[in-house]
Amino acid sequence: MSELYTEYHPRWLRTRVSTYWWLGRRSYFAFIARELSSVFVAWFVVYLLRLIRAVAQGPSAYERFLEWSAQPAILLLNVVTFVFVVFHAITWFNLAPQAIVAHFRGKRLPGTLITAANYAAWAVTSVLVAWLLLRA
Amino acid sequence: MADRIALKVARYRPEQDSEVTFQEYEVPCRKEWVVLDGLNYIKDYVDGTLSYRWSCRMGICGSCGMTVNGEPKLTCATFLTDYGSGPVRIEPLRNFPILRDLVVEIGDFLRKLTRVKPWIVRQDEKPLADGEYLQTPQELDEYKQFSMCINCMLCYAACPIYGLDPKFIGPAAIALAQRYNLDSRDEGARERHAVLSEHQGIWGCTFVGECTKVCPKNVDPAGAIQRYKLSTAVEALQSFFLPWGGR
Repeated sequence: MSELYTEYHPRWLRTRVSTYWWLGRRSYFAFIARELSSVFVAWFVVYLLRLIRAVAQGPSAYERFLEWSAQPAILLLNVVTFVFVVFHAITWFNLAPQAIVAHFRGKRLPGTLITAANYAAWAVTSVLVAWLLLRA
Repeated sequence: MADRIALKVARYRPEQDSEVTFQEYEVPCRKEWVVLDGLNYIKDYVDGTLSYRWSCRMGICGSCGMTVNGEPKLTCATFLTDYGSGPVRIEPLRNFPILRDLVVEIGDFLRKLTRVKPWIVRQDEKPLADGEYLQTPQELDEYKQFSMCINCMLCYAACPIYGLDPKFIGPAAIALAQRYNLDSRDEGARERHAVLSEHQGIWGCTFVGECTKVCPKNVDPAGAIQRYKLSTAVEALQSFFLPWGGR
């Protein structure tokens, strides 16, 4: 921003944004909550990678990983993480139509259809994973 | 309905003030009156020293944007009766330097707007004799929503990113860049890309989404930015995996 100084605008008043700007408005607070809770999403990724590593290392490593995961602290952390990952998934799907514009036979598809497609893909993937796990 | 309503108006007179103070005025509260009518009443009958911008009175010129009870609003489209018995707090648009009372300095936005070339760019113009560049209604629909922007800057006032980092190019400038990028007659997307893909361009946006909520014209600047991010990311992936493919 250039600092123009003219005789007609002798002193511009610049107000600083408060550190607590996100507390003044519900939508700002929701935004910051989403940003901060990304830490839990990151933890979910780390946990998943550790799980994969344990599986790759063989049955005993996997057993040890399960034991470690059953500790109350880790269990609690994972329950909280699960809630936030679901929160992120839902808010992400709801925002999708703003970023994705799809056409069918020259006509723009409504946003609700994009959201619905995302939820459908989520449901199908979940069913598939459940089937893989439960068929044994 | 009360027949009078109190307006608490922000004052800043650079000759004498070093910060914003509030002055309370009482104005008639008529059913058809908007906040701007209240301000005009003050200017005409109560206090001629009050400064504010306005022009068309019908949501087209985009000059009467102010903060009304904490919300960025076009004062010509905000009815006094929606605020009950008041008082209604009227402040200048946030995130801009204040020149006087309710008037803010908008040079920063105007410079950013020019940077994204919000006009039709042609690599080679066809001769006038060849007629207009024709467009189908479907092609018009692709960008029409973004062309509704009236440069009122409510989106800049609502955007915390712009407040924290004034170098961010901002919602309206990006939405208007998209308006031309999506126009079938335009060939300037590459030139705009250089500005939009800067760190202070689209990637500065963290999708708070408030710009879209406050937009009086339903332009959806947040959508424009996310669409541009998506198409840029897809393009980058394509050029990485298919470097031989035409872009």
